[in-house]
Amino acid sequence: MATKKAADRPNVSKDELLKYYREMLLIRRFEEKAGQLYGMGLIGGFCHLYIGQEAVVVGLEAAAKDGDKRITSYRDHGHMLACGMDPKGVMAELTGRIGGYSKGKGGSMHMFSKEKHFYGGHGIVGAQVPLGAGLAFADKYLGNDNVTFAYFGDGAANQGQVYETYNMAELWSLPVIFVIENNQYAMGMSVKRSTKSTTFYGRGVAYGIPGEQVDGMDVLAVKAAGEKAVAHCRAGNGPYILEMMTYRYRGHSMSDPAKYRTREEVEKMRSEKDAIEHVRDLLLQGGLASDDDLKAIDKEIKATVNDSAEFAKDSPEPPLEELWTDIYA
Amino acid sequence: MATQVLMPALSPTMEEGTLAKWLVKEGDVVKSGQIIAEIETDKATMEFEAVDEGIVGKLLVSEGTAGVKVNTPIATMVEEGEAADAAPAPAATKAEAAPAAVAAPAVSAPVAAPVAAAGWPHSDLPEGVPTKTMTVREALREAMAEEMRADPTVFLMGEEVGEYQGAYKISQGLLDEFGAKRVVDTPITEHGFAGIAVGASWGGLKPIVEFMTFNFAMQAIDHIINSAAKTLYMSGGQMGSPMVFRGPNGAAARVGAQHSQDYAAWYSAIPGIRVCMPYSAADAKGLLKTAIRDPNPVIFLENEILYGRSFEVPAEGDFTIPFGKASILRAGTDVTIVSFGIGLTYSLQAAEELAKEGISAEVINLRTLRPIDYDTVLASVMKTNRCVTVEEGFPVGSIGNHIGATIMQRAFDHLDAPVINCTGKDVPMPYAANLEKHALTTTAEVVEAVKSVCYR
Repeated sequence: MATKKAADRPNVSKDELLKYYREMLLIRRFEEKAGQLYGMGLIGGFCHLYIGQEAVVVGLEAAAKDGDKRITSYRDHGHMLACGMDPKGVMAELTGRIGGYSKGKGGSMHMFSKEKHFYGGHGIVGAQVPLGAGLAFADKYLGNDNVTFAYFGDGAANQGQVYETYNMAELWSLPVIFVIENNQYAMGMSVKRSTKSTTFYGRGVAYGIPGEQVDGMDVLAVKAAGEKAVAHCRAGNGPYILEMMTYRYRGHSMSDPAKYRTREEVEKMRSEKDAIEHVRDLLLQGGLASDDDLKAIDKEIKATVNDSAEFAKDSPEPPLEELWTDIYA
Repeated sequence: MATQVLMPALSPTMEEGTLAKWLVKEGDVVKSGQIIAEIETDKATMEFEAVDEGIVGKLLVSEGTAGVKVNTPIATMVEEGEAADAAPAPAATKAEAAPAAVAAPAVSAPVAAPVAAAGWPHSDLPEGVPTKTMTVREALREAMAEEMRADPTVFLMGEEVGEYQGAYKISQGLLDEFGAKRVVDTPITEHGFAGIAVGASWGGLKPIVEFMTFNFAMQAIDHIINSAAKTLYMSGGQMGSPMVFRGPNGAAARVGAQHSQDYAAWYSAIPGIRVCMPYSAADAKGLLKTAIRDPNPVIFLENEILYGRSFEVPAEGDFTIPFGKASILRAGTDVTIVSFGIGLTYSLQAAEELAKEGISAEVINLRTLRPIDYDTVLASVMKTNRCVTVEEGFPVGSIGNHIGATIMQRAFDHLDAPVINCTGKDVPMPYAANLEKHALTTTAEVVEAVKSVCYR
């Protein structure tokens, strides 16, 4: 299936483009900073960066309304920032400090915000898919019109529980959008090596779920597809599958040298398909913003990210009593 | 030659049933495969077919008779030309080999008899409270129905819970009362629907997940532990999983290795979940109501063999049992027997036998395994100075191991003998009746263990 063409794009205002630019840039700069802090030993364990995939979450959040829910895997920093969680709280969780969203007890892979309807942050590949359908089950049961975005990768797309969930989600018409972030590598295994039939969006056909493939490097295409999927779900028509064709620039985690792909391949994606550069071009070429305008935004984002890093360094480690809290409600 | 028609066993755990209806009368000619009677088990009404062709001689058990034991002769069949009351042939030897006696050897107590009639002074209910007799099955159903009436966010999901009325009839009637929105039939996809239920609990609902048996919950154990048990902690206290995972656990009877396993010790190892293992109908009702209201994920381990047993349950009011509160089913002075769930069947039988030999056993029903009521156990051991634990699970890393270690650490000087753990054997469950009997713990083993710690 063809990806969305520029001609299909809805008209987009300057303010919208600036918003997307700002949000995607925040994620990228935040992740770059997280990579630095990891190198300094301030962040431990696993740390999966979202750099390259920013358009997916920013575009879909643009299609969401208040009350909608989201849930994802361990590559979750971008999703949290995109839904409005405070960069300070996210970064402080990465450094394992009391000021983090989970008081330092969750870490990079396990953060939540009830206020922003962000339900994690899950470390077991594919687990978030039925969990997300469950959130949608609750909304349908409670009789509201919220939808849930359940994000997972091309790796998770081969897990059995995904298909158990497809069946029940369609059977019960659950308002859930399955967002497959196809960044083409499940850790080191390319889609071609793991999967015979590589059109993940088409796998819903067996369950009666409509799906489409989207250029996940184009925030406007993502938003347009998201709006269509949301409309489908909100109208009570059941789930929808969006396969976002995207790319992660960094390794799977900080310790991944990414030898399974060539430097040229990465460079090609960065130079030809980068989501932020794309919006930057639209803004500059359309005369909607000047270089100076964008520089001002860059500066502002840099300050926000630096503040989050400072907060994450200054926030104390959780007191030892925290070891024993939050086990039972 | 006349032959006998015997009351059939229609499920792995059936010991008796009701002869609901005869579909033939004396003198009728029946063909092989013809339905001759309807028999009600505690789970369902089943049609009973003639095995051979012949003529119905005598109907030995009349319609509507309840409590007909498996292998009881219910009719005679005669051949053409034989008298209707011709003496039946070798049925006596058949009856001696009655499979019921070996199918569930552990269960020698009268199944349908109320607690008081069983001869065990083990009611742990408050004195003076009016009670009614009900089965564990009915108690579980009543607990769910009461909580579903009280809280519209409580719902039941699982395989066959709705239109089939429950694989073990625990949810019988709930679909009629609460509708398909709240009694949700799922496809056979434990991993998937357990995940959906956990997500629903985060979304503001209070799911009760019925696993047809806990053996199948191994497909779903990732969601029980990684998703349900840990999220409150991983979210820094922002969101927990108020829900119940329930269903039969442990050995039933003759269902083989993959369907006979006790998960008590497995789940009890996990912080973040509660674990209940009821014995009586009162336990079942009081604990399940508490479990449904609890803001944490609760593992509720039932037992198929106990489903049909009757006990006294408070007849009125909102009866709940707090977690972490053991009960003393039988007071004693010489030894403490600590058990839970069906282990108490052996424990109470052993206590009864031991009493005849002058050994006074105190029998503790833990009721919940997470939390465990250590105080009640330790207080009893400090009094009796001896302890035997009884469970059906595997021996390595058992609940008994943990109880024994705790007593050693906290009451070492009070012990007059090492604690003995009576457990299931360290083998997969065999199918053969005699092997299965020995794979489980037995009353004889409990008696022997008690005598050993009493140096008798």
